Amino acid sequence: MIKLIGLVPLFPLIGFIINGFFGKKMSKSMSGAIACISVLASFIVAVLIFMEVSASQQKSNVVELFSWINSGTLKIPFSFLVDPLSCLFLLIITGIGFLIHVYSTGYMHEDEGFSRFFTYLNLFIFFMLLLVLGNNYLIMFVGWEGVGLCSYLLIGFWFKNDAYNKAANKAFIMNRIGDLGFLLGIILIFVNFGSITFGEVFGKAASIPTATVTAIALLLFVGAMGKSAQLPLYTWLPDAMAGPTPVSALIHAATMVTAGIYMVVRSNVFYSISETASEVVAVIGALTALFAAVIALLQTDIKKVLAYSTVSQLGLMFLALGVGAYSSAVFHVTTHAFFKALLFLGAGSVIHAMGGEQNISKMGGLKKALPVTFLTMLIGTIAISGVPPFAGFFSKDEILAHTYEHSQLLWFVGSIASLGTAFYMFRMLYLTFYGKFRGTHEQEHHLHESPKSMTIPLMVLAALTVFGGLLGMPEFWGMKNWMSENLDPIIIRKNPSILSHETEWTLMIIAVGVAISTIYFAYQMFMKYKVLPAEKEADMKPFQRVIFHKFYVDEFYDAIIRKPLDAISQVFYKFFDKQILDGIVNGMGDITKWKSQQLRKLQTGHIGFYIMAMVVGIITILFFSLIK
Amino acid sequence: MINTIPINYYIMLSTILFIIGAVGVMARRNAIIVFMCIELMLNAVNLLLVAFSTLHNDANGQVFVFFIMAVAAAEVAVGLAILSMIYRNIKSIDIDLLSKLKH
Amino acid sequence: MLIGFLILFPLLASLLLFFIKGDGAKRIAFVFSLVEFGISLLAYVWFRGNSNMDMLSLNCTWIESLGIKFAVGLDGIGLLLVLLTTFLVPLIILSSFKTTYDKPNSFYALILMMQSALVGVFVANDGFLFYVFWELALIPIYFICLLWGGENRARITFKFFLYTLFGSLFMLIGLIFLYNHTGIDTGIKSFAINDLYAAGRSLNLSQQSFVFWTIFIAFAIKMPIFPLHTWQPDTYVTAPTQGTMLLSGIMLKMGTFGLIKWLLPIAPLALAKWGGVAMGFAVVGIIYASCIAIVQKDYKRLIAYSSIAHVGLIAAGILSANQQGVQGAVIQMLSHGINVVGLFLIADILIRHTGTRDIDKLGGIRSMNGQFGVLFLIILLGSVALPLTNGFVGEFLLINGVFQYSAWLAAFAGLTVILGAVYMLRSYQAIMLGEKKANEVTFGSLADTDKAVLMIICLAVIAFGVYPKPLNDLAEPAVKALLKLLTI
Repeated sequence: MIKLIGLVPLFPLIGFIINGFFGKKMSKSMSGAIACISVLASFIVAVLIFMEVSASQQKSNVVELFSWINSGTLKIPFSFLVDPLSCLFLLIITGIGFLIHVYSTGYMHEDEGFSRFFTYLNLFIFFMLLLVLGNNYLIMFVGWEGVGLCSYLLIGFWFKNDAYNKAANKAFIMNRIGDLGFLLGIILIFVNFGSITFGEVFGKAASIPTATVTAIALLLFVGAMGKSAQLPLYTWLPDAMAGPTPVSALIHAATMVTAGIYMVVRSNVFYSISETASEVVAVIGALTALFAAVIALLQTDIKKVLAYSTVSQLGLMFLALGVGAYSSAVFHVTTHAFFKALLFLGAGSVIHAMGGEQNISKMGGLKKALPVTFLTMLIGTIAISGVPPFAGFFSKDEILAHTYEHSQLLWFVGSIASLGTAFYMFRMLYLTFYGKFRGTHEQEHHLHESPKSMTIPLMVLAALTVFGGLLGMPEFWGMKNWMSENLDPIIIRKNPSILSHETEWTLMIIAVGVAISTIYFAYQMFMKYKVLPAEKEADMKPFQRVIFHKFYVDEFYDAIIRKPLDAISQVFYKFFDKQILDGIVNGMGDITKWKSQQLRKLQTGHIGFYIMAMVVGIITILFFSLIK
Repeated sequence: MINTIPINYYIMLSTILFIIGAVGVMARRNAIIVFMCIELMLNAVNLLLVAFSTLHNDANGQVFVFFIMAVAAAEVAVGLAILSMIYRNIKSIDIDLLSKLKH
Repeated sequence: MLIGFLILFPLLASLLLFFIKGDGAKRIAFVFSLVEFGISLLAYVWFRGNSNMDMLSLNCTWIESLGIKFAVGLDGIGLLLVLLTTFLVPLIILSSFKTTYDKPNSFYALILMMQSALVGVFVANDGFLFYVFWELALIPIYFICLLWGGENRARITFKFFLYTLFGSLFMLIGLIFLYNHTGIDTGIKSFAINDLYAAGRSLNLSQQSFVFWTIFIAFAIKMPIFPLHTWQPDTYVTAPTQGTMLLSGIMLKMGTFGLIKWLLPIAPLALAKWGGVAMGFAVVGIIYASCIAIVQKDYKRLIAYSSIAHVGLIAAGILSANQQGVQGAVIQMLSHGINVVGLFLIADILIRHTGTRDIDKLGGIRSMNGQFGVLFLIILLGSVALPLTNGFVGEFLLINGVFQYSAWLAAFAGLTVILGAVYMLRSYQAIMLGEKKANEVTFGSLADTDKAVLMIICLAVIAFGVYPKPLNDLAEPAVKALLKLLTI
């Protein structure tokens, strides 16, 4: 079955081609069905392969498809690596991908670009699968950039809107900044190792000077910063909410943004060797987690809250990677995929019910009208706040525990971020579902629960969120941590936890306590005292305004990058190119003309002058020949 | 008896005549005067040739003088013919007026 | 023999075309160009199968007293470029079907004449012959731009002609200098390429530097490389679309090809000393031209500047003189040729359907013609080197090659990845996306010939991106053999 790994990306590719060429001619249900079935087929094959890999002793299997690029010593085949890590990601991508495909058939039902949507969605699944299956850095890079393309296409899906197009451009270009770092990292690997195939590179990693390994790790991390929206390359993610909600769920929550995590886990040997690089990863992760959480506190667009929440959770995952807790990071990726997809799809359901409204100040009391959505979102919110026994608790706790081992300061920052998470998530929940309805009359009439195609995926995801924690139960409870056992072969340098059981219990209790008290505080604020988000900006205090404006980071980037770039380009064009360079060239022509004008004056037409010139010339010639 | 006049005198006379002729060609505007000066230059050369031919007792010099005289006569004929044509066109023989080949 | 046919056939076809009046000229020219493509495919098959090799090279004496031979032959790189030429010319002719030119017979005859000269450049094995073909290629394009060009064409074409000729003169000086140093052993001077290689290697550093810079200037002007590029944007904008396609698709490859075949092995010492400086100019050009492209409003001018940026990267890769860099350059030459012809066709379509190339005035075309939007996007992605497009293979190898020379230069050169995305996506958004502008005419559907050409190009973009093996199989050994010459 492992040999048939090629089928897994093939099915979505076929779906892409069919929908791409014939989508417009098919009925909507046909188009949607083809797209969903192709992903389902991939999922089934993925499950079978997963079971085979789990059962077998040989964890690492390489399947080569064909020879792609050959240049001297650089040999890059199109080959896939099937091992526990890639299998796990396969399941997440195809499984959650399938649920979101089904959801989209309901959500995008009215849209005229229905088949186009599914074309792009299938293409995305294809590239994401390539990313996690590749056996060398370049195939990973193919998937990496490919998902960037699909992200661009899907964010700008409603292309008649210029603001959405700008957001799509921003996403693609910011991703590309990261990609340049990634590319340079890949080349640095080739220059030092003579190959970019995982097996060959990781085996020799220890023999390369640590400074080089640090450079490689940092360059690769630049790519991760772009793709996984970490400081400073995160501003594209909130803007990406311009795309349809299923896109936000699939790409900007569950899969594409986790590509950076996958890449670091895959390359864990580099980060284990280079402490500097790990430190950088951890610090940036922690800072991002905190920064994004603060911004989320005052956002009023339901999707933006979730977007910043994603950035923050990704920060936590990178924090885990930075302290060497690779399996914890992957565990959190999995649980986050469950509950974040759930939350986004639920938000989509809310937006659908509200007829397109996304501002939570205009919502309220929706739990009566949208019972299933409410219940599932409640589960998701509890999970993300880190309350046991739901999934988010176990993964987050593992991360914080490992962080505490490494640095108490970072643990503190991570905990504050988690505190913020609980607060803003419950704020969102209370403002959306509880209290009185604050929207318009027509919106109130329009409220209805979403169709089954949308609610069933919600329920499935909710179930996964509830039971997902079982994947990685803490060892000090005396239970099996399936996740870390499964991923053990991938991690080259082991880093077992050295915390005592008491410390672990203490940390756990602190985390739970903080979460519950924050929820209570939010309850007091939004339910009891019915605090609402400020109607106008003038009502906010100054520091609130700064947070509401996302710390003016976008404006900052505009000022130091975009405007100077445009200005320099104008200078290059108008001044340097036109006046100086072209001026020199034209100047040479002008000089020639001027000189020849002057020389023309010798042609006086006077015979006397010509004769004199002749005489002078003859005398000169005679003179010189006599001298010789 | 001819040998009693030193050759230097002939050279000097010839040179002076030549220079007068050359300057006249360069500086005078009247076309006929220019022709006359050209004749003067040619005759100065003739004089020199004859003098040296006598000095070296070589008849070649004097034969060459005959050639020069024939060519000079032909050239004057053609030149005066051209001059007549020019006069008919511009009603003057001032060579400074012939400057249509100017830039 | 086949190779002689390859060079002469378009020339004879063009002479024939001069006598054909009226509209038929288009179709006949197209058929001729297809025949030429067929001949080159035959040469490809023979070359790969290593059969009939004697048909693929020619060596006759021409001017014996000066040691000049009519020596032509195919090697991997030359064959790839000949294939590019013969592949693109039918597409170029096809793309002109919907535009009416007056005196079409002359127009198409000139295109075919140029094809003949271009093929000659790529197969010449004698220095003098190379120079002759190099100059010959200039004449048809001069007339094409002058007679059928846009505004201010007389002045701009004249400037282009003089500028390029100026550079070629330097190359001639360099070649003659080398020629004077050939025949050290035999006493007979010759222009044959291997003799010139030997002569070059026998020179000392300062002599080699002289040869390096004189020959390099010619190529630098042709490609063009910063700062010798100022003729290019005006010329590309003024020339008729087919002229621009010929210029950017094929003619500039003469410069890069010359760098590989006629400069690298000739002055290895000078390359080691001055290669970095030349590479520096190329890399500066990449960033400079990309920045300028960002603020362009005329789409044709934008593509022209982006072409300078791409060629800068190709040149930098060649000058790095390692396997990945030079091989990447060969692949990228092919990809860039195909992609840039596609982009210029798109600019042509825009003008034909809407009457303007000004980005500010266009908008919302995607909502009027989705198919055009998709085709445009695919070619654009090839241009920004998305993986699985043809542009990526070359670009990756190129940055790899430059990196091996200097990591910092590679980082700067790599900025093309970001900047290219900026100007390409921004212009795509301005032209295609958004709402239709109020005063805009309806776009309508694409003409059959335009659609066909765009589809063929998109197919090439994807096919060679996913499966570049045939190209690499030709390029890799040829580059390896060439680089060996550098170390003798």
